[in-house]
Parts: sequence; structure tokens; C-alpha cells
Amino acid sequence: MQESAIDLLHRRSARGMSLRYALVAAALAGGLGFAAAAPNQPAPRSSATGDVQRIAIVLAREVRDAPPPLSLLDVPPADDGIAGARLAINDNNTTGRFLKQEFTLAVVENGDVGELIAQVKKNVESGAAFVVADVGPQAIVGLAHALKDLGALIFNAGSGDDRLREQDCRPNVVHTAASRAMLADALAQYLVWKQWRRWFLVHGTQPDDEAFAAALRRAAKRFGVKIVEERPFRHEGGSRRADGGHEQIQQQIPTFTQNVPAYDVLMVADEGGLFGEYFPYRSWDARPVAGTQGLVPTSWHPALEQWGATQFQNRFRRLANRPMRQLDYDVWIAIRSIGEAATRARSAEPAGMIAHLKSADFDLAAFKGRKLTYRAWDGQLRQPILIATAKLPVTVSPQPGFLHQFSELDTLGIDKPETTCRAYAR
Amino acid sequence: MRARPSGVLIAPLLAAWLLTPTAAAAYTVYVTNEKDNTVSIIDSTKLEVVKTVKVGQRPRGIILSKDGKWLLICASDDNNIQVFDARTMEFVKNLPSGPDPELFVLHPSGNPLYVANEDDNLITVVDIETDRVLAEIPVGVEPEGMGITPDGKLLVNTSETTNMAHFIDTATNMTIDNVLVDSRPRVAEFTADGAQLWVSAEIGGTVTVIDPKTRKIIGKIGFEIPGVNQDAIQPVGVRITKDGKRAFVALGPANRVAVIDTATLKVERYLLVGQRVWQLGFTPDEKLLFTTNGTSNDVSVIDVEKLRVLRSIKVGRYPWGVAVAPF
Repeated sequence: MQESAIDLLHRRSARGMSLRYALVAAALAGGLGFAAAAPNQPAPRSSATGDVQRIAIVLAREVRDAPPPLSLLDVPPADDGIAGARLAINDNNTTGRFLKQEFTLAVVENGDVGELIAQVKKNVESGAAFVVADVGPQAIVGLAHALKDLGALIFNAGSGDDRLREQDCRPNVVHTAASRAMLADALAQYLVWKQWRRWFLVHGTQPDDEAFAAALRRAAKRFGVKIVEERPFRHEGGSRRADGGHEQIQQQIPTFTQNVPAYDVLMVADEGGLFGEYFPYRSWDARPVAGTQGLVPTSWHPALEQWGATQFQNRFRRLANRPMRQLDYDVWIAIRSIGEAATRARSAEPAGMIAHLKSADFDLAAFKGRKLTYRAWDGQLRQPILIATAKLPVTVSPQPGFLHQFSELDTLGIDKPETTCRAYAR
Repeated sequence: MRARPSGVLIAPLLAAWLLTPTAAAAYTVYVTNEKDNTVSIIDSTKLEVVKTVKVGQRPRGIILSKDGKWLLICASDDNNIQVFDARTMEFVKNLPSGPDPELFVLHPSGNPLYVANEDDNLITVVDIETDRVLAEIPVGVEPEGMGITPDGKLLVNTSETTNMAHFIDTATNMTIDNVLVDSRPRVAEFTADGAQLWVSAEIGGTVTVIDPKTRKIIGKIGFEIPGVNQDAIQPVGVRITKDGKRAFVALGPANRVAVIDTATLKVERYLLVGQRVWQLGFTPDEKLLFTTNGTSNDVSVIDVEKLRVLRSIKVGRYPWGVAVAPF
């Protein structure tokens, strides 16, 4: 029974994808995309004069094979990120009605990075100056190179890889996805505030797991945390599930977590979600679990209701018929940033919009209780990070007492004096 | 306080001291408690809560009808507006409001009511006598602040995600102009003579002053408070004295109310109040100003003439809106 449920979800995802291709094709043919605002709302007279300004946006998705998550609840929806894009396009167009600006979205998906880049480039050459990317680090670098002379701006909404903000930073890439360093710092600040300063770190052996573990080590060093022990967890591939399973996990995890020096929190680094969920309630010592599972740092939570987020969540649910996920939010921010730049520049001319977006005058209200801006040294979006359980946000970092000369948000992630990014330097 | 007399004596002395600036008249102050689903009723001479009344879910915006008979409350999570008898607090009726009403304004003639539907990008126009929806006006994303000129001809709504003040002709219910302001505009307030419109921008951290005739921006007010992070300065509630000389702006998590000289648009002073101060309400004689402090669950009382915070009054959880009756 369970197996067929998973299969069903996968099939649905595949079907959703072909349907989307059809939509995209239709949109391109009609030159409309998701431009339509709510149809029951006639456009009021606008103070702007002249023709409608059009701003075309491409959402690029690298289709990646990932093993199914441990929990059926965590199977990503087929429109993960795309629904966030549609909401942002609607929001932009509601504002655009008053300024005679129209935003359109084309979704490009491909499993082959080379083909994906070629498709995006074609769109950019035919007038789309803004690319929102839900792709891996390699594809970001590839896109940046392919588009470098075309005056386009790429929003990295899908990768937290710190190298993209550091040695692989590019002047035509900004990042709405929080970096691993930001996430790790945000979590560390809260654990330090709790006085949970002794960590036992369990990390997977995939490169992404190692990278998150490295971010945790960096955060530990910055905020005075002691990692008392590290253990790699070798996940054995094969079937995610057999008929049975808890019997063995119940034995395995306590054994694995035995004989660790005294610690306060068990930290897991498992970005692939292959084993981290096995640790809560199963460790040898009764300790909370945090990191990629358990208590997690995230840019968005479907139960966030502060700072006017309720209306935003409702709007999303009406559109997508599901809760908003982190990727939806990171994509939404990217497209809203484009909208905000067009509004403030009162222009659809990309160079002016990009200049405004990167200037000190830019800010975005995005349901985080303070303005979001882009860092001038690596293009990373500054934003508060939520620390949450599966059900509820627990707190938001930066935590009280973590001070900064310019912006407390810069206590999260790689700060100006530390950056090795040179592409942004004047 | 100087040398403290015995405990028995403190209360009457304190009361006498507090009474001095307010001796003139007694008013009723109503405060919506967003999280408690209640309204706290404060006696403006005693400066204490005299009654707490259960209302609809998530009460936010609150105003009195022009004749003072009715108290109107946005019950945001019930998607309606509740009408209570302002003197007895007996429930009178529900008004239709459109989804998620947050703030509203009455036409100066007393009817109709203009409601911002935060969840639906609409202004709903409601006849409060016949309970009928007269019109729906499309505006920007997340409409919130509502202001109307003293002659009732021009209505202004601010939309939090579109970042505009929408100017609406009340004769036609059509948008005639849109003025871009800073991020997340929350409150729109006209001066008593209708010559200026003040719009607060919560995330932008500014107040924009607009000439409603030309829709040109006259000025912009920024805030700086030593020791307070710039990000924490989030203007929301705006109230301007009837003589047009002074404006008060609630600064959210900066926990201050800014006092502004309207002639120069300069901040004269910052008054320390409770935490996350949002909405403001004068007594009819403008001697006192009440502030709702969401996070500290209290209301601060400001002496308008002396520019001093007199005291704070514990109310329900997450106080949001405030209205004051002339009785």
C-alpha cells in the first residue's frame, strides 16, 4: 500500500510536469505567461501614461534525481517553487496595473544542465532579462557564464552553497536562498542563547552533508560552541523501506550514539534527508536534535503568522492548494525583488532595474518584520532566519545580544571583512 | 516620586496627581485585544480597565459611529464587522465586510463605511444602516490604511505589498491616482483641514506627507533614535492634533512615539512607551493620547500638552486598535 502511494506521487509529479510544459508553450505562444491578474478585478485608471511596460522572467529548474524522503509528508509537490513564482507574478501584476507594468513568467525545466542553460539563454536573447534559478551550484556558474554579456540578472533561489557567494561568486548572480553559513549561524545563535554549547555532530558522507557540517563547525567557532564529538553516518543505499523497519532503527541509533562525551544537542547534517529523521527520540542520551532535521533553520515556515504573514499564507494556499514551502518563498522573494525594482525605477529597462536592486536604496518587505536588502559584497539577500520544528517556528535569528556595527542581520553568514568574493568589489 | 508616604496614602495621592491634567472630562476608551478576542474598556479619568467584553475573533480596527451610538469592530477572523452599543456594549448586529477586514473609515456624514479587506485586494463599501454592500473597489496587494478627507470626497487606501496610497473618488468609487510610498504602508491620516495626507511605511521606516490635491509628495520624515537599531523603527499609527500643529507617530518595535512639529516636519521628541506600539487614539479634548502596545499587553497614556507618558494600563493580549468615545 505504502509503496503505491509513493509511486502515485511520483507519477503525479511527472504528469504535472508535462502539463506545465503545455502551459509554458501556450504562454510563450500567446506571449502572456502567468501575466493575468485576478480576472474579476478590472484595471483602474493609471497615473502612468504610454504603453504597457513588459518585464519577462524565466524560472529555470534543474530536474534532479533525489531519493524519496524518509517521511511521506516530505515528498515535494510537483509545483515546488513554481507556485511561489506564480504568486509573486500575481502580486507584481496587481501593483503593475497601477503603473502599466506587466510581468510574465516562463518556466524552463530540464535534467541536462547544458540543455537547460541553452534554453534559458534563448529566452534571455528574446527579451527576458531576469532568471530565477532553482538549480545546482554547477548550473548557477554555467548560467552566469552563458549570460554574462547579455545584461541579465540571475537569482539563485535554490542553492545554499557558500562557494557561490565566495570563490564562485559572479556579478550577475544574487542569492535569495539563504547560504549554509547563514542557516548554521542562525541556529547556532539560538542554541548559544539557550546555553546549549556542547554539540555532538553526526554528518552524512555526501558532499552536501560535509558542506553543512563545515558551516556548523564555522558557526561553532564563531559563537563559542564546543563540538565534543563528530561521527560520520554512512547511509547505505538500497530500498528506502521494507515491510518493517522500525525494529532495526530502534536498535541502530542508540548504539550509534553511545559513548559520546557529555553534550547538550545532537546536531545532524543530512541535507538529502536520508537518515536525520531517525535521530530524534532514539539517541542513547535524551538530547534534542537540531540541524537539517529536528530543530531546523529555514527562510520560511508554513505556520508563520507574524508580521502580516497570515494573509500571505492564505493567498498562497488559495493559489496552490497547499502550504508554502521554503523554495516557494525564496522564489517569491526573487520575483518580488524584480517587481519592486520595476516599481521604484518606474521602468522596465533591465539595467536601471538591476542598478536599483543592487543599490543601498533597495528594500523589500517580505513578512519578516524588517526590510530585506542585498549584500553589496556578494549579492546575498540579508534576512532573518526562522528556527523551527516541523509544526511551529520556535524563534527567529539574529538573537538578542548578537550585535553588529552595521546590521545585526550581518551576524548571519559571511560578513564583509571575511568575504573572498572579488567579483562584486568595485 | 519623592519620599514615599505610607502605602495606604499612595493610592489617593497618585490618583489626585493623575487627575490634574485630565480633570475636565471623562471618556470611554476601547481597546481591541487581537489575541484574546476581547475589548478592554478604560475609564479615562480613573485610567484603569473597568470592563472587558468578549467580541468576535481577532478584533483589530475599531471606530465609533459619528453619532457615538455604535462601536464598530473588525472581527478579522470572522470576516465581518461587529456592531455594539457603545454605552452598554450589547451586541447590535454584524455588518458584511468582505474577507479579513482590518481597518476602516466612516464617511464624515456617518455613512457609508469603507473597509480594507487585507486578504482580497479590495475596499468594500458598506451601508451601516441597511447592512448592504454598496461597492467593491479593487486596490493593491494587502490593503490596510484608510483615510478620508473631511468633506468626504476623497478616500485613501494604502496597500502593504504594493506600497502605494490609492486615491479614490467617493462619488464614483474609482481610483483616480496612486502615489508610491515606502515599503509596507500601514496608516493613512488626513490633517483636520484636509490639506495634507500622512502615510506611515512600516518597513520603509518613514512617514510620507502628500498634498491630496496634486498628489505630490510634500515631504518625508525619517527617524533616528540613539541606541535603537534602525530596522526596529517601524512607523504605524499616526494621529495629528485638530489644530494641525503636532503629529504623533507610533514606531512599533522601537517602543517609542515620535512627536513631530508639522510646520517643519522635524521630530521634536521620542516618548518611551510599551513594546511594539501600533495604533493611537486621542481623547476628544486631545489632552490624552492612548497607545496600543502589542507585545507588552498594555496601553500607554500620553499627556499631549506636557509630552509625558503618564502611565501604562494592563489590557488583554496583543492590544491592537483603540477608539475613544465622547462620554
